[in-house]
Amino acid sequence: MHNFTPISALLGGALIGLASVWLLAANGRIAGVSGILHDAFAAPIAAWRGAFIAGLLLAGVAWQLLAGPVPVREGFPLGWAAAAGLAVGFGTRWGGGCTSGHGVCGLGRLSARSLVAVLVFMASGMVAAYLTRHILGVAS
Amino acid sequence: MKALLSSLAAGFLFGLGLWVSGMANPEKVLGFLDITGDWDASLMLVMGGAVAVTLLCFRLVLRRQKPFIESRFEMPTKKDIDLPLVAGAAIFGLGWGTAGYCPGPALTALATLSTDAIVFVVAMIAGGVLQRLLVGGR
Repeated sequence: MHNFTPISALLGGALIGLASVWLLAANGRIAGVSGILHDAFAAPIAAWRGAFIAGLLLAGVAWQLLAGPVPVREGFPLGWAAAAGLAVGFGTRWGGGCTSGHGVCGLGRLSARSLVAVLVFMASGMVAAYLTRHILGVAS
Repeated sequence: MKALLSSLAAGFLFGLGLWVSGMANPEKVLGFLDITGDWDASLMLVMGGAVAVTLLCFRLVLRRQKPFIESRFEMPTKKDIDLPLVAGAAIFGLGWGTAGYCPGPALTALATLSTDAIVFVVAMIAGGVLQRLLVGGR
């Protein structure tokens, strides 16, 4: 495991947790990114969702200014990127959450529903990574 | 205005966490999900670090009558472990394990102008709309 980065993983994870605590403490909202994204396009329009997404984008800009250029993946097949995006959009809206809403926040609330979701998407994520990388030969 | 700035700041901090942890890099995410490859357990610690903080702090926050800015807490109310939950999570995982993006990392990765991130995000929004059209639900 030469690519194991425990310190930055724990530190980054703690920042994600703190951001979620902040949104709940100040705005009274759960930091579930899929819900924030899907509902940003649904009535009634609530601008806090757009602001949160803008914050995510700004973080990407700031990180590149501070830490320098980041490696950008080359050659990932765009048809597979589109299929994967469709699945993530469809699945997170149907299942009511993603890695942040069910994972970071749901597990933090000791929600049994979220625990089930996390176990299911971890398992299907591992199956998909195995199939696409080792059987179907999508990217590396 | 205060609520918007606060939400912007929360999104910014969340995004920084994604970059610091390596989750904004889809290849690192796939290195975790692909347990038969050169397995990288780091993302387990990202989730562990994040949940340690929410587990400790959410209960303290929810002892308050109301949030600091808005007038009430909007908490999830669903409790059932039903077909939409399980099927939705399963489909989400298939997409996540294919491209290495879940919603947060995909959005913050847009800032790199990565073509696959842009295609992924457009499709992800369409996928959410499609779910409402085909299946419905709240």
